[in-house]
This record gives sequence, structure tokens and C-alpha cells, in this order.
Amino acid sequence: MRRGSVRALLGGGAHFGLLAAFVAFTAFPFYWMLVTMFKETSDLLNPNNNPFLFNQPPTLEHLRVLFGETLFGQWLLNTAFVGVLVVAITLLLAVPAGYSLARLTGRLGEQLGIAIFLTYLVPPTILFIPLSRVVATLGLQDSLWSLVLVYPSFTVPFCTWLLMGFFKAIPRDLEEAAMIDGYSRFGAFAKVVIPISVAGVLTVVIFSFTLVMQEFVYALTFITAARRFTVSVGVPTFLVRGDVYFWGSLMGACFIASVPIAVLYNFFLDRFISGFTVGAVK
Amino acid sequence: MAVVKDTAVAAPAVRAGRLSRLLDDETRLGRLMLAPAILYIALLVGLPFFLALYFSLTDITVGSRTLHFVGLKKFHEVIHTPTFKLALKNTFIFAFVSQLLVLILAKILALALVKDFRGKWFVRLLILLPWVAPISLGSIGWLWILDSIYSVVNWVLVHWRFVREPLRLLGILDPRMPPMWLGQPELAMASIITVHVWRLLPLATVILLAGLTSIPKDIHDAAAVDGAGFWRHLFEITIPLVAPIMIVAVLFGFIFAFTDMIVIYVLTRGGPYNSTQVLASLAFFTGIDGGDLAEGAAISLFLFPLLVAAAFIFLRIARRAEVT
Repeated sequence: MRRGSVRALLGGGAHFGLLAAFVAFTAFPFYWMLVTMFKETSDLLNPNNNPFLFNQPPTLEHLRVLFGETLFGQWLLNTAFVGVLVVAITLLLAVPAGYSLARLTGRLGEQLGIAIFLTYLVPPTILFIPLSRVVATLGLQDSLWSLVLVYPSFTVPFCTWLLMGFFKAIPRDLEEAAMIDGYSRFGAFAKVVIPISVAGVLTVVIFSFTLVMQEFVYALTFITAARRFTVSVGVPTFLVRGDVYFWGSLMGACFIASVPIAVLYNFFLDRFISGFTVGAVK
Repeated sequence: MAVVKDTAVAAPAVRAGRLSRLLDDETRLGRLMLAPAILYIALLVGLPFFLALYFSLTDITVGSRTLHFVGLKKFHEVIHTPTFKLALKNTFIFAFVSQLLVLILAKILALALVKDFRGKWFVRLLILLPWVAPISLGSIGWLWILDSIYSVVNWVLVHWRFVREPLRLLGILDPRMPPMWLGQPELAMASIITVHVWRLLPLATVILLAGLTSIPKDIHDAAAVDGAGFWRHLFEITIPLVAPIMIVAVLFGFIFAFTDMIVIYVLTRGGPYNSTQVLASLAFFTGIDGGDLAEGAAISLFLFPLLVAAAFIFLRIARRAEVT
């Protein structure tokens, strides 16, 4: 009995230690951003100071510089602008397509669904060079509209796939009952299926928005003017100029742009995973 | 023909009738709802892909108005440059080493997360951060952590006696010349791999976790009754049952590792001396920074066979999932 409890305690300690080590590895860079953004520059740039302590009192100066003297606020707005439009386009294309694949196209639909998902695996690395030419031909270079046009090419495939799974899980009886009540097939979809699919649609919204925030290669390729960048490109390219690093503001920018969206994402995690695992898990 | 006539004769009534027929005709409605998405993907993924193939066979540059067909000349030229050979080698080292580490660590972490404990959601959030945060920004965090002068890692190595002394005695560390994490070729590669493991670990972990939690409890109980120990249990029950899903995790990991250039762009720009250059970053520097679209396209297309292989494996898994 006593040996059992000692063992449990040891096991618990090992379990805790293991998790603590992993959390330290994954979360340390974000913790470090948080600490750095409140430190005086003279504190940061003194190699003899203990970097784990505040050797001088904390300061909000870096945040003031970040929002007052850099284009960071503009980049956040740009990201939001592109994000909202891309989410709208994604919903407009992926919701009907997902429903169609789940209910209306039968056997062919299953194969088409997989084909669509596979296009998500074609990386920007292969497409950015030809797309830069396409964007130039359309006269969209150096415009946020180029991103609005191109980003749905990676949000639509994954979201169509996610929504297909989501619609498949809705009992068919609901639509059949609506159709007996006189709705057309499309009416049943619009008036009955969509309202009960809010959770699925919200998942797609969050997922698309995160993808837009993370995207780097296309924005770096298509955009050249500093004030038209998105956050993910503006911060690494324009807050680091030459050899001068404004570490305080830089870390503040990284923290502010990454942590809130991560918290939101966490709530929808299970749905993304079931999408990623292609039904290999049931 | 008949359709055109219909519309011409009695417009409103017939049109309403046809609309409602369309809204009820499952096959046609299905196609209509699917078409916009397919069209978009065809135009923005399919078309550029074939353009990439076409560009790689020409001499196109960023400013050029005309282009000439040069056949496989670009591929031929590219293959023989030392930078390309190095980038190809680095791409493989980078992808395989980081995936191996990710898989081992993710497996351990997933096993630790299967248990229920208080504050699990918060731990999960902290573990998930590197995956959800934009990787370009996460990489900047690392740039600061690995800075040549103010690196916190080096501060620990130099100032914490119980870390410094063993390393110094082993001859690994010279406290007066701490390592330049991003400035020395081998260390730079190790740093890039570490950041990549950091970034891909969360996705692999949550995918494996989904697999672990889907194993019915009966199976574990039965094995325990039959007296299977921890290792036997792990290798003969848990791993085989999670195998298909592990393949999914590895597949995504490989695709992200093979095609990523962001970590490298932010941390080293392929340096020092191209020691961290990979195909994706080389394609960017050649095609966009250097303006040689044709050569850039040719380099990036070397990633394609790999993606075909990935797609093939993926299809097999999808098919198996359908059967069961």
C-alpha cells in the first residue's frame, strides 16, 4: 500500500517534470517576447545583466514606439482587411462546395473531395513564381488585393474538406423533413442546414483567418511598399533594418500578433485535427 | 435549341419553374454548388502549376516581355551548380532529422498528455503556441534567443556554473568564446532544425493524441489482464494501432519541412556560406530576389516528385479509412 503510493507520487513527479520540460521548450520563446517587450533597451543590451531579471524598472516605451512610430498598426489593419475578405470568399466558395460533396455528388464527390484536399498539399513554394507573373499581368502587384485573390487558393481546399466532414455528420432526416414541408433541396440547405452548422462555419472562419495571418511567402513576393505589408512579413522585414534591431518593439510586435489568435484557435482544435487526420480517426 | 425557345416564349412562369426545378435537381444543384470552388482552385492552383512547368522550360526573367523556349537547359544548368547540390543535400538533412526528432518527441509528449490532469487545457494551449503563431514571428523570437551577443542561451552557458563547468571540462565550451548559433555552419543547421522541431512538434503531438484517445479502452484492459508490460504494450498495441495516424502526422511534417523557407529566411537567409540553403529558399532567392523566374521555377519543381509521393501515400490512407 505504502509502496504503491510512493510509486504513484514518483510517477506523478516524472509526469509533471516531463510536461514541464516540453512546455518550457514550446512556450519559452513567447515568454521571452513578453519579458523583452517591457525591458529598457539599456537593460537588454548590457551583456553583464542577468537577462532573467528586470535590472531596471519595466517600461512601456517599446509599445509606445511600436504603435506610435512604426507601421505596426497599419500592418494589423492590413492583415484584418485581407483576413476578412479572404474569410468571406472562402465561406462563399467552401460552404456550398462542402455541402455538395457531402450530399449531392455521391461516389464521384468522395473522389473529388480527396482531389480538392490534395491541392492543399501543393505548397506556395512551387506556385509563388508563376503567381507573381499572374499578379503582375493583372496589375495587382504591390496591392493588398493580390493577397485577397491568391489566399483563398489555400483556404478553400482545406475548408471545403472540413465542411464536407461537418455536413456529413448532420442527420439526413432533418433535411428530408424540411423538404417534405415544402422546401426545395437548396431551401433545406439554406434554411435548415446552415443555421445548425454555425459551429462548423465558425471553425472555418478561425482556421482561414489564422492561415492568412501566418502566410509569408506570397506577401513577401507580391508586396514591396512598407505600408501595405501584412503583420507576418512587415515585422521581420521592416522592424529589422540593416543591423539595427529594436528588440523591445520587435518582441512586442511578435507577442501581440501571435498569442491572442493562438488562444482562440485552441478552442477549435479538435475540429481541425479531425480534418487533418482524414477520418483515419473516428 | 428547345431550351432557348422555351425561354423566349413564356419567360417569367417558365423561368420560375426552371429555377425551382434546378433547386430540386440534386445532380445539377450539386454541380452548380461545387463549380465555383473547383474553378477557383483550377485557376489559382492548377494554372500556376502548369505555368511553373512552362516557365522552367523558358528563359523568363522578372522584367522580360518576351520569352524563349529553351527546353531542359535551365534544369541542366541548375543541377550542375554547387549551390544547388548543397541545397538539395540540406533539404534532405533538414527534413529527415527534424521529422525523426518530431516523431520521437511527439510520441512521448502525446503519451504524457493522454492522462487527464488539472489544467490540461492550459498545458495544451502552451504546447500549441508554436504551431498557431505566425512562424515568421516565432522565428524572430528565436533570432533574439540565439543572438550573437545577447543570446540568453549563451548567458546560461557562461554564467550558470553547474552548466558551464561540465561543458568546459568536456571541451565543448570555451566560456570566453561562446557559440555563434547562427554564424557557424553546423550550429546554424542545428539551430534551424531545432526551430523547425519546435514549430512542427505541436501538430504531430495533437494528431498522435487524437489517435491515442481513439483506441478503445477494452484493448488496453485486455492487454493489462494478459500481463503486458509497458514496453510490450507500447510496441505491440499502442504503436501498431496508431500507425495509420502516425503516417498522417509524418506526411504533413515532411511536406512542411521540405517546402518551408520562412525559418531560414528569417534566421540565416541560407547562410553562412549557403550552409543552411534549402531548395525552397534557393528558389526564392534565385527567382524573386535574383529575378531569374525560369531558374527559380526549375529549382522549386524539384520538390514536385516528393509531393507526388506524399499524395500517393495520402490516397492510400484515405482509401483504407473509407473501407473500415
